[in-house]
Amino acid sequence: MVLEILEFGFMQRALVAGVAVAITTSVIGLFLVLRKNSLFGDALSHVAFGGIAVGLVAGIYPLWTGLGLAVMGALGITKLRQSTKIPADATVAILLSSGLALGILLVSASGGFTLDLFSFLFGSILLVSVTDTLAILAMAGVILSIVIVLYKKLVYITFDEEQARVSGLDITRLNYLFVVLASVAAVVSMRLVGILLVSSLIVIPNVTALLFGKGFKKTALVSVAVSVFSVITGIAVSYAFNLAPAGTIVLVQVAVFIAALVARHSPKQVEEIKA
Amino acid sequence: MRVVELENVSFYYGSTLVLDNITFAVERGDLLGMIGPNGAGKTTLFSCMLGLLGGYRGTIRMFGEDIRKNGRLFQKVGYVPQRKTIEQNFPATVEEIVSLGITKTLGEKIEGERIASALDIVGLVDVRDKRVGELSGGQQQRVLIAKAIVDEPELLILDEPATGIDLETQNRFYALLRRLNQEQKITMIWSSHDLDAVSKLASRVACINRSMFFHGHTHEFFENPNLLKAYSEASMQAHMHLHDHQ
Repeated sequence: MVLEILEFGFMQRALVAGVAVAITTSVIGLFLVLRKNSLFGDALSHVAFGGIAVGLVAGIYPLWTGLGLAVMGALGITKLRQSTKIPADATVAILLSSGLALGILLVSASGGFTLDLFSFLFGSILLVSVTDTLAILAMAGVILSIVIVLYKKLVYITFDEEQARVSGLDITRLNYLFVVLASVAAVVSMRLVGILLVSSLIVIPNVTALLFGKGFKKTALVSVAVSVFSVITGIAVSYAFNLAPAGTIVLVQVAVFIAALVARHSPKQVEEIKA
Repeated sequence: MRVVELENVSFYYGSTLVLDNITFAVERGDLLGMIGPNGAGKTTLFSCMLGLLGGYRGTIRMFGEDIRKNGRLFQKVGYVPQRKTIEQNFPATVEEIVSLGITKTLGEKIEGERIASALDIVGLVDVRDKRVGELSGGQQQRVLIAKAIVDEPELLILDEPATGIDLETQNRFYALLRRLNQEQKITMIWSSHDLDAVSKLASRVACINRSMFFHGHTHEFFENPNLLKAYSEASMQAHMHLHDHQ
């Protein structure tokens, strides 16, 4: 069946784009989860929904308008957090609802939901075009390159911002850059699982990896492995049983998480930890 | 040579004066014990000295230069903050956390040697591969010291580093501070409420209570009953003030 899947161009594109998204979201997600910002990706994808609606209404490639609005929203919310005392979770709620509201407004003004908009809401990895695949690969490449270059600095601000600032890091700029990277990752992942399930890609592989990870790099690698495995398995299973790929991918992730949780708390493991 | 100089440093939180015209200097090789009651402004003073708070009046110089004009000066400074609990699930190992203290590009071999040396000094070589969140509070504090000294700083600033640690670990911790000061020749500014430890370890004492209350040799402070009485009265007042606000 594996070879049969690979014969189709749409499956090849789905797997390439899916693996790129899996790697990107799990890497960015580790920093978000450890900074207690797991739902930030969810909020960004909702803002991107507003941007995608703008693109569809205006006849512009919607990934770019989605990306533009998500980046602006992320920068705005970061500025708001830095200059006011509004709690972080409340800023996420503001971001999330404003993006969704803009999307709904534009959709209703343009005469209702279109097939394109539905594909962004629920994901449509099997429908990604060559243009989409190239755009996803380019964005994933940029994100991963920047994370590799700034890896140590990002770990430091995730561990302790105050100490990182004393060591000479420009925390404000790094935080702005990071939210831009997170916005790009959120937009990239919408094609795979849709706006409504973006946070699963960001959170679940990392929570699974944190059950076992000993070391930041090792945890990141475990998270990437869980994410890539879930995406490939999810796409294959959805093809074999004619299921929705987005839901299947997320349920595979949840199954891996539960299996990891059980393995981690098995009597043998507990004895080993105590020892 | 003066490592740190403060001239008439004042700081307001809103309209509340927290630091009032603080002036003192720290010479190379000093171990300055910074004491003062709760709410005296010690942490605020450290935050100003470390560039974390910028809105102060007056001048702070490190290594002869105004810290406002040269942010790179902090690369010569190690900082150990007030004890914070590190999340148990934070995945970084002890070695990874210590490596964060290296700000220069040294190459993998030299970095490895520096990390090994810092871990050896603080006695944590055996746990280098453990998750930092799995360690005890005292061990975590030693990890932060290793991170602070791994870049071979000329000045180490420690903000009540031993608070909340059991007595035995505290004593080991104080012995470590003495070794770092006397063997590694690191100048230190160390804030503490443990007057007994300060009297034994510090070469000089700065006592603040919003303004500078005393600055001089350790024995001058601890051998003067009037100063000790005034300090204990101020501490009692601060304690009652804190109690009233809880």
